[in-house]
Amino acid sequence: MATIEARPVGFFTDTSICIGCKACEVACKEWNQLEGNPANFTADSYDNTGQLDAQNWRHVQFIETLPSAANDGNGNGGKAGGAAVIPTPIAGGQAWLMMSDVCKHCQQASCLEVCPTNAIIRTEFDTVVIQQSVCNGCRDCISACPYGVIGFNEKTGTAQKCTMCYDRLQNGMQPACAKACPTESIKFGYLDDLHKAADARLAALQKGGYTKASLYGRDASVYGGLNAFFLLMDTPETYNLPNAENAKLPSRNNVPGYLGGAVTAIAGLIAGVLAFRSSRMAEHNPDAPR
Amino acid sequence: MPPAEHFAAAPHWEWWILGYFVFGGIAGGSYAIGTLIRLAGAPADQPLSRLAYIVSFLALIPCPIFLTLDLGQPLRFYHMLIDVGDGGLNFKSWSPMSVGSWALLLFGLFSFVSFLGALAEGGTRPLASLRGLGRGAFGTIWGAVGTVFGLFIAGYTGVLLAVSNQAVWSDAGWVLGGLFVASSLAGAAALLLAVAHWRRADGIGTSPGLVAADRNFAILEAILLVLFVASVAVAGTVGKVLGVWIVLWIVVILGLAAPFMAGRTRGASWVPAALPIVSLLGLIALRALVIFSAQS
Repeated sequence: MATIEARPVGFFTDTSICIGCKACEVACKEWNQLEGNPANFTADSYDNTGQLDAQNWRHVQFIETLPSAANDGNGNGGKAGGAAVIPTPIAGGQAWLMMSDVCKHCQQASCLEVCPTNAIIRTEFDTVVIQQSVCNGCRDCISACPYGVIGFNEKTGTAQKCTMCYDRLQNGMQPACAKACPTESIKFGYLDDLHKAADARLAALQKGGYTKASLYGRDASVYGGLNAFFLLMDTPETYNLPNAENAKLPSRNNVPGYLGGAVTAIAGLIAGVLAFRSSRMAEHNPDAPR
Repeated sequence: MPPAEHFAAAPHWEWWILGYFVFGGIAGGSYAIGTLIRLAGAPADQPLSRLAYIVSFLALIPCPIFLTLDLGQPLRFYHMLIDVGDGGLNFKSWSPMSVGSWALLLFGLFSFVSFLGALAEGGTRPLASLRGLGRGAFGTIWGAVGTVFGLFIAGYTGVLLAVSNQAVWSDAGWVLGGLFVASSLAGAAALLLAVAHWRRADGIGTSPGLVAADRNFAILEAILLVLFVASVAVAGTVGKVLGVWIVLWIVVILGLAAPFMAGRTRGASWVPAALPIVSLLGLIALRALVIFSAQS
């Protein structure tokens, strides 16, 4: 693209063709000048990034299942010790799912909803960005993000996450991760174009027998739709994504929370008045039983 | 009902926030108790009302300091109140942190004026002209409105936690605000009883009304504690608040039992002062339990 119009853009991440090369992670760190976390031995995975955070704005999840622990070798899934969710092997083979995870740039963004300083904004490209010059590091957005996307940068004292390369978009360039992805698992474009491409890809996979393939965030069932949406080969939970039933905004607890507090406050005041009144009555009438 | 799914990262709200939740709760609870005594208490209890307003303001002083120190960029604390984009005021009614920032500022005003009035009534000479500040129609209205803000400060922190996607906090969404209000009232009553005991030589006696109120608040807190456990159990996240946190649970339960032990213990003179301290420790343990268990 020579220029990118000010209309909704996004990522369509097709996990069926992700090879786990982590080129997206490298490109992201390089462009955004992220130092990365110190090397860490995760012990139970080939993944050495771990999670999305202030230094990892892209993270290729490796969802690994060892044959002995997770299935009987005939394509039947099972429970492995310590693993919360075991993916069902695909097409009768061993499951080793990969997904380049990223900020979802939700239409109904939990982080944007709770941010008290208005540091988190929606841009002209319909993406969600944390303004580093405004954020004061209160971390309310970290508490709210249902995807565990946002991290706290100790050096800058601010919350950080993927900006969908806002600076590149403003200069007519696609985000670094999409540019670097060798298999085009990460596709960048205008949202309506991506929706069409995703629908076509899903139809092709389902025709090929991948009946569990589904689109996550393509429609409004999850946070009003995601600007960074995914084609998944298993359930959302397998990829550490809340399903539609569990995708809830923090504000759902505003009214019940305040109401519970108000009712308790009134009950507390009544309890206090009763206690002090009975004490006063007893003072006026010392012979009365307490 | 399948358990709720949570994939949110921990915000690492730790010791400064624990300090704020405890001191803010005591400040709000003490103010409410001060007003209750003023409006419904016996004449002999009125020195306790002054004490409550003084304790409220003193407990409030560290609150903005704790909150500021917890920020990643402490010098940007004012971004909570001022929109640096357009220079206007920053208020988001749907963000408890934003509402709480304003409430803290306004409660500070009410608490400070009541504090001055209480000092003046106590005979502080430079403030002699302010003796009537807490009395009459003005004093009543001021105290009533201040109590609303005080109870808000005591409870909104629970709502703040609930308005998230964290396990435990968001699962107990409708309970946490109430639980924090009730425990703040109980904790503040306990602190006032302890201070009253220490200052009995100054004419501030242990009030039977405050003892009874402390018990009522503890019953209210116990009810909400049961509801809290029930709500996280229904959500399937009760395991997060058990396990290693059992020590804190024991302190919480002892704190709830302490108000009912007064009068049943004989002998040692330190017992009347020690029991409120146990209640106070219960308040701290409850806040610590809620804050840390969800982030573990």
